[in-house]
Amino acid sequence: MSRTVTDVICPFCGTLCDDIEVVVSDDGRKLHEVYNACAIGAEKFLHSQAKDRITRPRMRQDDGSWKEITYDEAIDYTARILVNAKKPLMYGWSSTNCEAQAIGSEIGEVVGAVVDNTATVCHGTSLIAVQDIGIPSCTLGEVKNRADRILFWGCNPAHAHPRHMSRYSIFPRGFFTGKGHTARKVIVVDPRPTDTANVADIHLQVEQGRDYELFDAFRVAFKGEQLPDFVAGIPKEKIYEAAEMLKSGRFVIIFFGMGVTQSLGKNHNIDAAIAVTRDLNEYTKAAIMPMRGHYNVTGSGQVWGWLFGFPYAVDLSRGFARYNPGETTANDLLRRDEVDAVLVIASDPGAHFPFSSVRKIYELPSVAIDPHETPTTEVCKVHVPVAFVGVEVGGCAYRMDNVPIETRKVVEPPDGMMTDEEFLRRVLERIKELQGV
Amino acid sequence: METVTLTMKNQPDLYLEADNITPDAFAGKKVEEIADLHVYVGREQHRLGEFFEVSGRAGATPETTKIVINGDLSRVKYIGMKMTGGEIVVNSDLDMYVGAWMQGGRITVNGNVDSFAGTGMKGGELIINGNAGNYLGAAYRGDWRGMSGGKIIVSGNAGSDIGTFMTGGEIIIGGDVDVHVATHAEGGRIVIKGNAKSRLGGQMVEGEIYVFGTIDLMMPGFAYRQDVDIDMDGIKGRFALYEGDLGERHRKRKGQTIYGKIYQLIEA
Amino acid sequence: MAEYLIKNGFVFDPVIGIRGDIADIAIKDCKFVETSEVKDPKVIDAAGKTVMAGGVDVHAHVAGPKVNVGRNFRPEDKLFTYKPRSGVERMQGGFSVPTTIRTGYNYARMGYTTVMEAAMPPLYARHTHEEIRDTPILDQGAYPVFGNNWFVLEYLRNDEIENTAAYVAWLLRATKGYAVKVVNPGGTEAWGWGLNCENIHDPVPYFNITPAQIVKGLIEANEYLGLPHSMHIHANNLGNPGNYTTTLDTFRLSEGIRPRSKFGRDQVMHHTHVQFHSYGGDSWANFESKAPEIIDYVNSHDNITIDLGAVTLDETTTMTADGPFEHHLTELNHLKWANTDVELETGSGVVPYIYSPSIKVCAIQWCIGLELALLAKDPMRVFLSTDHPNAGPFTRYPRIMKWLMSEEARNQQIDSFKYRDKVIDATNLAGIDRELDLYEIAQMTRAGPAKALGLSQIYGGLAPGLDADVAVYDFNPNEPYAPDDIETAFSSAEHLFKTGVQVIRDHEIVSNGNKRTLWVNAKVNENPQVMRDVREKFLRYYTVTLNNYEVSGHYLPNPYVIEVDATQ
Repeated sequence: MSRTVTDVICPFCGTLCDDIEVVVSDDGRKLHEVYNACAIGAEKFLHSQAKDRITRPRMRQDDGSWKEITYDEAIDYTARILVNAKKPLMYGWSSTNCEAQAIGSEIGEVVGAVVDNTATVCHGTSLIAVQDIGIPSCTLGEVKNRADRILFWGCNPAHAHPRHMSRYSIFPRGFFTGKGHTARKVIVVDPRPTDTANVADIHLQVEQGRDYELFDAFRVAFKGEQLPDFVAGIPKEKIYEAAEMLKSGRFVIIFFGMGVTQSLGKNHNIDAAIAVTRDLNEYTKAAIMPMRGHYNVTGSGQVWGWLFGFPYAVDLSRGFARYNPGETTANDLLRRDEVDAVLVIASDPGAHFPFSSVRKIYELPSVAIDPHETPTTEVCKVHVPVAFVGVEVGGCAYRMDNVPIETRKVVEPPDGMMTDEEFLRRVLERIKELQGV
Repeated sequence: METVTLTMKNQPDLYLEADNITPDAFAGKKVEEIADLHVYVGREQHRLGEFFEVSGRAGATPETTKIVINGDLSRVKYIGMKMTGGEIVVNSDLDMYVGAWMQGGRITVNGNVDSFAGTGMKGGELIINGNAGNYLGAAYRGDWRGMSGGKIIVSGNAGSDIGTFMTGGEIIIGGDVDVHVATHAEGGRIVIKGNAKSRLGGQMVEGEIYVFGTIDLMMPGFAYRQDVDIDMDGIKGRFALYEGDLGERHRKRKGQTIYGKIYQLIEA
Repeated sequence: MAEYLIKNGFVFDPVIGIRGDIADIAIKDCKFVETSEVKDPKVIDAAGKTVMAGGVDVHAHVAGPKVNVGRNFRPEDKLFTYKPRSGVERMQGGFSVPTTIRTGYNYARMGYTTVMEAAMPPLYARHTHEEIRDTPILDQGAYPVFGNNWFVLEYLRNDEIENTAAYVAWLLRATKGYAVKVVNPGGTEAWGWGLNCENIHDPVPYFNITPAQIVKGLIEANEYLGLPHSMHIHANNLGNPGNYTTTLDTFRLSEGIRPRSKFGRDQVMHHTHVQFHSYGGDSWANFESKAPEIIDYVNSHDNITIDLGAVTLDETTTMTADGPFEHHLTELNHLKWANTDVELETGSGVVPYIYSPSIKVCAIQWCIGLELALLAKDPMRVFLSTDHPNAGPFTRYPRIMKWLMSEEARNQQIDSFKYRDKVIDATNLAGIDRELDLYEIAQMTRAGPAKALGLSQIYGGLAPGLDADVAVYDFNPNEPYAPDDIETAFSSAEHLFKTGVQVIRDHEIVSNGNKRTLWVNAKVNENPQVMRDVREKFLRYYTVTLNNYEVSGHYLPNPYVIEVDATQ
């Protein structure tokens, strides 16, 4: 027999869909089927059922092979590398719950670590821009209920956030948007002809790396000033037309992604996009939102915000918190040999960091806490498998619009497996023992 | 002026944070007291004397104290941070934050410096006989009050993000610069004697940028106005004047809108 | 639990009615008791010192999404002011928007033990509770905002008080909220379209209702339920020259309504940060104080309480659910602007602001905040606040006490203003010689707010039976002192007990206390229509499902639930 769990939250992307239905065995030990989720989300749930799943911590031997160790041994190893380091890096945090992030923050405080999350290679630049110019934004429901102008810039939700367009942005019918997509105008700015661009009323095929110039051109166009004949490879007539389309809307929303956060100019691109949004509020109503990737990278920034006052790249080494991307960001620390131990949790820098950084992780005392075997676990000294957050354990996560949602446990983890939260709590206890406090 | 000489004798395992190496911290102290000042490696606190030989004597005040530093300081941060007077001469490359939040006095670096030199600088002189990294004379994160006074002179090249949110003072670069110059600036002057890439004066409200060499790409928000002849200290010749950022807000003075200005040399 | 006896202090307590006489205060099992009931107490020698109940703040922005926006988007607010971890204290950062850890510790240092978060967007209630959980020492509750909520607008458009009340009760439970908060009624919904409601009769776009109807209806719904606190309002037209008429119009909406609550409060409307609502003139050029007109109304109407929102002349971070106001402010000062509109419920904005003594308007604002307190006839109804961090950080409360208690300190400040004479002309403060005493300060910071919150059965005084929240300050009111001595003493309590636990000893924080989260569980008769409306709105317009909306218990590890029965 089986039963269906409803209102399940998908722990994949920042869209954080909360209408998933999951069919599980009566005893809650097996997960059979997933409904409503996109293909990637469904896979995330089903992955927990893999037969060959690693369920116990492992330590790398001198000959390169793995040796199974106990959780107690893994706890001791983790505590010791953190306590012995002068400046450990604790990186990741984006695919776990806020409860684990809060304990991790306290560990960081106690050992004097630098804590950084995946925003460092993703929307960290957006966070810098927000610090420079602010951000007029809204919840996704405001988009659904009010927006009649949708601008996707440097993002491709059709692939990266598959249900975004139907749940929130282009297609849904809301309170003031009863006609759904037929009453909305969509603009896509992307150098490539993406699937998202295919549904746009206007596709501005910006020259690669010239987004800052194009944002600036929009601002010039709003003010009715003269533009050069072409900006970023786009004729000025088309820019004026798009600017007018935005100004004539009742509610404009701009979504942006890694196409602009990690291309030339980085934070400046977002700064200019936010300036465009600010400007539009002189004519109509406008908001802007980053398409956050990992399902709880946003939460990590929130937890560190209230505990330390900074959303990522927080250097706690001197007993107080400092923040300056370019110095306290994970890749800069690794590149410059600023850290002497690495803890990775709930993320995969092995797959997403430059090779030179990954190599540094390989050379340092290191532990990876992750339900999966990943490129990161392959370069770390110890791999601690843990229960899947949002599948085998609940906890708080923050959607891309900062709305907090409590994820659900739908099945039991394999017998004897720890959660991130339990593991970190035990590491903190062990650290305090080792420090004699 | 009295002189304290520091000679680096031990290298840190990681990086050394030496915000206490300033005339302000040294003034009125004996050599042994200077050697007892704190420096940091990660979370560990050390004595300055563990890393440096200290000799000479400090003046009674910052203004009468000169610090000369020798050895390899390429892994030392925060030299001269917040200093208000006196002088520092570094005969080495330096890491980040030299002269950050500096208010007065003079720092001379005979070598290259990494990023964030002169962050939030308010006054004094920062002379770099070498190249500078990114964020030279820029604001600290989130602050709308960037470099507000003083002078930075770099003989070589500089990186990106020079003079972000600058409100006053002067930055002179002998060589080339990377992208994003004087972003969000509301005052001050940046002189680039070599070439510039792109994104000069993005979101600029007010202030001046002079470029003696080439500019790869002008911002669409800057419009050519006219050619002007200029003859002032170190800047002489016929320049093409561009005004912008036209997309940005601007003050009016006596009915006239005040723009940010980019001057590009046409002929010397 | 340990017994304590705080001996021989100068006690100021409006609940017992003791005005600086020497008395002993006994603590046993978390509560105050008669001195005869403690057998073997630890003795705290308070001779020559001031003893008061723990402070109670009715209105501060200390936890939740917009507070965290303020933290995360202002790294410069933490530059060079960070306090390293030490002893039981974790690291603490931020000046105008402190981290949760610093918030708890800094309130405790001032002798405060209870602080209410003034605006909780319901959809973000979880976030607010996570921050409250991580704020040490303090008892806290949070006010969900109702004044732009679509359910409320639709029910009150048709005068459906009972349905409004049922929805309020449901939302308080779902969000674990404490009271009914109203911010710029209708105006924030209008801001969804970039518009505003500038006076109480300015209709809300589409919803066909006026701010006046919203306010009056929510007062009635609040009294229908008999909640501990009254409706708590930030009226329309905040911050604009000439807005005092809107404030008086808003006050008048409470006329003739009496409280229907068993929690001991006398007011049906609490109007917050009134300083921002007491402006005359019609431009920044002829901007002036209308504090006398405002406070006259308050003095003569005992069903209203207010808090000051006093300006402290600092660089700070403004934050409010009044979205259109923050947009207006960023247009004025051009500083970074964050805004979040929240589906079906509310909005918010955040902008840094510098109250400079060299700017005439800022100096006038400073005068107005103090005038309200000094012209108040009943300090039990006028509470000290800075609308933290809007008019200044809460850590300046001791400085405000100094200004209220010392004409000399006020004159010093006035004389240092760049536009001294113009400021004096536009205000009344220079002609006021009243100096509040510590008994009146205790009314404004302890007994008064506790009573207005409907919490006088646990907070606000030193009477046996109340929770043992008490501060000892190194301040002898009977010996000569300089004005600055007041600020120094009240910035750093020598001892502080919170629910009987000593959290500060000899000015040092020695415990993270036993913090609780207060919320109100109001029972109403079953209301199928409201539940049907709730289900429908979630299905059609919200982007979370109904089953994922309610804040579950584990977000409140130590809840203090106040039960209200409105089924009769």
